[in-house]
Amino acid sequence: MSLIAITEVKKSFGDNQVLKGINIDVMPGEVIAIIGKSGSGKSTLLRCINGLEMIDSGSIMVAGAQLLPDEVHLRALRLKVGMIFQQFNLFPHLTVGGNVILAQTVVKKTPKAEAEAMARKMLDRVGLGHKFDAYPEELSGGQQQRVAIARALAMQPMALLCDEITSALDPELVNEVLAVVKELAAEGMTLLMVTHEMRFARDVCSRVVFMHQGLVHEIGPPGEVFSNPQTPELKQFLGMI
Amino acid sequence: MTEFSLWDILRNLLLATRWTIVLSLVSFVGGSMVGLVLLFLRIGKGRAGQIFAKGYIELFQGTPLLMQLFLAFFGLGLLGIDVPAWLAAGLALIFWTAAFLAEIWRGCVESIARGQWEASASLGMGYLQQMRYVVLPQAFKIAIPPTVGFSVQVVKGTALTSIIGFVELSKAGTVMTNATFQPFLVYGLVALIYFALCWPLSKSSQLLERKLNVAHRNH
Repeated sequence: MSLIAITEVKKSFGDNQVLKGINIDVMPGEVIAIIGKSGSGKSTLLRCINGLEMIDSGSIMVAGAQLLPDEVHLRALRLKVGMIFQQFNLFPHLTVGGNVILAQTVVKKTPKAEAEAMARKMLDRVGLGHKFDAYPEELSGGQQQRVAIARALAMQPMALLCDEITSALDPELVNEVLAVVKELAAEGMTLLMVTHEMRFARDVCSRVVFMHQGLVHEIGPPGEVFSNPQTPELKQFLGMI
Repeated sequence: MTEFSLWDILRNLLLATRWTIVLSLVSFVGGSMVGLVLLFLRIGKGRAGQIFAKGYIELFQGTPLLMQLFLAFFGLGLLGIDVPAWLAAGLALIFWTAAFLAEIWRGCVESIARGQWEASASLGMGYLQQMRYVVLPQAFKIAIPPTVGFSVQVVKGTALTSIIGFVELSKAGTVMTNATFQPFLVYGLVALIYFALCWPLSKSSQLLERKLNVAHRNH
């Protein structure tokens, strides 16, 4: 059974229809890269899965639970799917440890000591255990993004949504973040990532989704999609890069 | 005719300054409390609360403080309610301060980046939790300098209450002028006392702003 089932999802902003009927099924443990030109709807799709944007029609199911617009359902869903953002969005008034602890204690009501142990474990996992007491502003972009990953992981989600998580980073910092993601993929985490890192998509992902004008234009294993694009749009997109 | 020494004048003015300070404190503390309620109505999700708070703020910001004082003092008098000057002055200043503080604070809350809301939402936090643990702690820091800065306006605003007969620093100045026929000297002293009250406030607002900015220059 698929972990995330996206069926005929449509979404408009005013007169502009951004998603025109998206269908994707994500199996547990799959790593899916969503590629496409800007404006093709890829970020909007991710944001819809997390309920940051409300869909107009269609359905999104995560582990059998339907995405509904009321607060109770939304929060239940968000506990199953973590999200990492392009701009990291760490809480600047809290330490690195505080960032990872907060939602555990507030949302899950995990006792403080347990939450702290979990935070240390997750920070170790992204190689930043020694930064526990630092503030986000003292970290490099790459380190901040790794903290954001640890923060999401500490909630023990079933899947992670990554929205262009390396796009705001200096080139030399991209790899440390991708290395963490690669490790997660190897450990069997389900990942859905919007990315411009084509090499990474080719090496790590199980399937690649090419979105064009609000539709899934091509979908398949990276070998096929990259080596043998079927449509002129994908050929053009890959040629552009 | 009685002769007034400089000390006589100054002593009387300083005695009246106590009331300026008390009125300023009452206005600021009371205004903060009412302002906090307005803030939550304004940024909260209830439609009626939003409209009420918005209307309130626009009304108090869009009319002169002097008119508000007159209305509180004479208006309630017309209804047969006898309002002493100190009460009318206190209430009008509290409501006036609240309107401005609510608006200053709203700006601070809204200046928190959307990403903070989204990140906390994606971690499963509800609206109140987001407010309590993510947004307000950050907004609070941003709000300190403009809030302290606005307190200067409150101190100066208390001068208007002299017109409805509340005896504070300005009123005492008028009284002393009438007694001594030395308006320049008396009002000069009055101005100096106001300056002595306000300057430390605006200076500390500047210092706070610099200090809080330095701590957060990287985002």
